[in-house]
Amino acid sequence: MQPGNCLYVGGIRDTVAHVLEMRGINKSFFGTTVLKDVDLAVDAGEIHALVGENGAGKSTLMNILFGMPVIHNTGGYEGQILVDGEQVEIPSPGVAMQLGIGMVHQEFMLMPGFTVTENIKLNREISRPNLLSRIISDKLELLDVSQMGKDSRQALDKLGVDIDHWLPVAGLPVGYMQFVEIAREIDKSQVKALVFDEPTAVLTESEAELFLGAVQRLSEAGLAILFISHRLAEVVAVAHRITVLRDGEVVGRLSQNGVKVERIAEMMVGRQIKRPALPPRTSEPSDDDIILETKNLEVQMPGERLKGLNLAVRRGEILGLGGLAGHGKVAVANGIMGLYPASGSVRIEGRELPLNDPAAALQSRLAFVSEDRRGTGLLLDESIEDNIAFTSMQSQNRFLKGSVPWQGLRVRDGEAIRKQALKTIEELDIRCTGPEQPVRRLSGGNQQKVCLARALTLSPRILFASEPTRGIDVGAKSLVLDLLVKFNRELGMTVVLTSSELAELRMICDRIAIIYQGRLVGILTPDDSDVEFGLMMAGGRVSEVGVG
Amino acid sequence: MNTQTSAVSANMSAGLMSIVKKNAVPILFAILSILSVVVAKMNPLFLVNEIITRLARNAFLVLALLIPVSAGLGLNFAIVVGAMAGQVAVIAITHWKIEGLLGFFLAMLGSVPLAVIMGYLVGQVMNRAKGREMITSMVLGFFANGIYQLVFLFLVGTVIPMKNRSMMLPDGVGIRNTVDLFGISRALDNLWRINVAGIRIPLASLLLVVLLCIALHYFMQTRLGQQMRAVGQDINIAAVAGINVDRTRVIAMILSTVLAAWGQLIFLQNISTLNTYNSHEQVGTFAIAALLVGGATARRATIWQALLGVLLFHTLFVVSPSAGQAIIGIPQIGEYFRVFVAYGVIGVALALHAWQARE
Ligand SMILES: Nc1ncnc2c1ncn2[C@@H]1O[C@H](COP(=O)(O)OP(=O)(O)OP(=O)(O)O)[C@@H](O)[C@H]1O
Ligand SMILES: [Mg+2]
Repeated sequence: MQPGNCLYVGGIRDTVAHVLEMRGINKSFFGTTVLKDVDLAVDAGEIHALVGENGAGKSTLMNILFGMPVIHNTGGYEGQILVDGEQVEIPSPGVAMQLGIGMVHQEFMLMPGFTVTENIKLNREISRPNLLSRIISDKLELLDVSQMGKDSRQALDKLGVDIDHWLPVAGLPVGYMQFVEIAREIDKSQVKALVFDEPTAVLTESEAELFLGAVQRLSEAGLAILFISHRLAEVVAVAHRITVLRDGEVVGRLSQNGVKVERIAEMMVGRQIKRPALPPRTSEPSDDDIILETKNLEVQMPGERLKGLNLAVRRGEILGLGGLAGHGKVAVANGIMGLYPASGSVRIEGRELPLNDPAAALQSRLAFVSEDRRGTGLLLDESIEDNIAFTSMQSQNRFLKGSVPWQGLRVRDGEAIRKQALKTIEELDIRCTGPEQPVRRLSGGNQQKVCLARALTLSPRILFASEPTRGIDVGAKSLVLDLLVKFNRELGMTVVLTSSELAELRMICDRIAIIYQGRLVGILTPDDSDVEFGLMMAGGRVSEVGVG
Repeated sequence: MNTQTSAVSANMSAGLMSIVKKNAVPILFAILSILSVVVAKMNPLFLVNEIITRLARNAFLVLALLIPVSAGLGLNFAIVVGAMAGQVAVIAITHWKIEGLLGFFLAMLGSVPLAVIMGYLVGQVMNRAKGREMITSMVLGFFANGIYQLVFLFLVGTVIPMKNRSMMLPDGVGIRNTVDLFGISRALDNLWRINVAGIRIPLASLLLVVLLCIALHYFMQTRLGQQMRAVGQDINIAAVAGINVDRTRVIAMILSTVLAAWGQLIFLQNISTLNTYNSHEQVGTFAIAALLVGGATARRATIWQALLGVLLFHTLFVVSPSAGQAIIGIPQIGEYFRVFVAYGVIGVALALHAWQARE
């Protein structure tokens, strides 16, 4: 598919207008300019990637295109938007939809209490007229639930996912939620351009492949596709053209041919990224010193059930948890932290941890960075510093001052909080205007970093990090991994890293446990071969291949 | 080790516990009702008659609360405003001496424009007070009451020309405290009423309640109903999906207000006298108490919860004076007991819901 071909149609017209065009876009939030004179054009049948660091302005640009309230509530923008060559005003998402623009947002836009079908058909319900609706208003038409179900099924099948379309969305694994959102967008029949803001960030590698396949089919069908991603490998693989943003400015436009990931990364960051080798330890972790042990741990997490896990974590190690989506690797941390119903036994330094009790888990100095961005429990309207200190204040009585008989009456220690906040903001390179900025105003990736900062502030004995680099740009990604290593080596913090990116696991872990169908199949070292990893994730062991 | 079996039995008792916890409020009030009935030693025939009458009389008002709850507006204390609209219409038809069923239906019709306007205004205010809807609706109820009193105490007979000996105060300004609604008295109840073994059943009134239930059920399955549920779940996501959130909320308020006006008319034709300045006052509190007793919350309420709530709340309301007297022995205590029950119910139900929400 060559998008350039679309520019000439049989000589009838010289040029066919771009499906979408943005010209000279400028936008500032409360005096800070976040987009400077940005131009962008997308043609029919083209997959256009938009890349850039966290906070570069990608989501903001897309929000302008989609007429999101957050743009108009903060003073609007300057510049022009053209759809099919005609200048348009997009004051609300409703108008964007009428113009044929669909969007999958960076944060989930699903109604938790609605079923998959109701979400896919939200505000586009199929209904049948009746007497009352003919007299009064078509809004009184009765919903045709079975037809809505059929359409949803079709959209989901087009993506190749088999989710029960009558399930409520609440409790679905994050990866599935993403597919529901995508299904909702492709179900819109009049849609001619689709915008995806980090669609693959919450997907595992195999899910992402599924998704990219679907996207390629959609583009072949003539849709214009604009997508944002931090996974540069997939960008290079599917995009026809790439626009690179840095600090709100376009710093590069590349076309598919012969682009290297490294080149894009350098353009984004404006410097070279290198990873040093892992620092050594004084003493290696061993099976003689076990910090956490699970016996027959079962976790009822929808879509990720764990069916009896026996696992021992060595003190001071970085243990990876790998496996395919839906096999239960995500449930390990969620179950131990008391977030989903669990049974069995978990011992920490030999002492039994009460299950289904998040407070007890925190008090045992376990900390968790959740894979669920929405459910991370950030207080969006509170400042960065309060978010960082909050859990420590609540569960460890830190950052409080005054000596009164009852802990609950002590007041927050602003000075100590500020110090900690400034330190972690620097360590994690959180791009913000200062520790007092409300978290809501941060870009998606920087919100993720605040979650990590909050967990690290607990100075946990064991840190459970689930997909901690999801949605974080290349530069920041190595920063986060480096930081995990640093905390591990310098403070002896035990880290349990759950990730669907094998490369990431192999980069920093001492051992990698593979979960298959809710159970542990084996533990590999980072140096084991790809074949071994592949086999084990499919449930087999190398030695058993011959058997069956 | 028998961890397996103990886990299974733990699961089972956990399941039972969760059912009890989920329905803690109605279960508690059912127990309370049954205990009071036993203690009060009331004539069962009287009790059943009384409960059926009250079901026919109050259910409509409680059902009027459902739409705002599903649209995320919480418990609408502002149905008081709708009740006032109903009373304005009833005063008008009593003044013009339009009697019987015709009078009743004209009052229903006449209350609509006023209720729509009031509902629209309340909805507009609610849209400016997002996140604080419940307290706003309560204050709006008080505010509207002030205007209502101004109109019927001072403006009628002065600015608004009206002459009517029997309805107005002796000096010709203001409406009397109590107005006899002889014209529409039991107009609906008596339209079709049957008598089964000493139990009088006002079928016509009950039929209207059933019709409303069906209409509400139907409404929730329409596009508009779906939009309201969406707005009730998450305003931001609904807006992004292209739903006009503010408009949807205003429509919800208008519907609720109109239904409340009609509900108050059904109530009044049964009571047969209008306490001009009091009849509407407790409409909001009592309807909300009943809905909460049925197990509804400010975020979720079903038709069945509304009906169950009316049943339980009014059983308690009927028997509590006798029960109070039987327990403590002082006759007056019974009356206090009633008020205590109404407000106590709201307090206890809200506290139990808070406890459930924390679980
Ligand atoms: N509502 C808001 N109010 C104030 N500033 C905001 C708001 N939303 C975003 N910003 C700021 O605008 C800048 C660009 O943010 P944007 O969300 O567009 O980044 P992004 O490129 O999508 O990053 P990421 O990859 O992390 O999602 C950031 O500096 C952010 O702090
Ligand atoms: Mg973003």
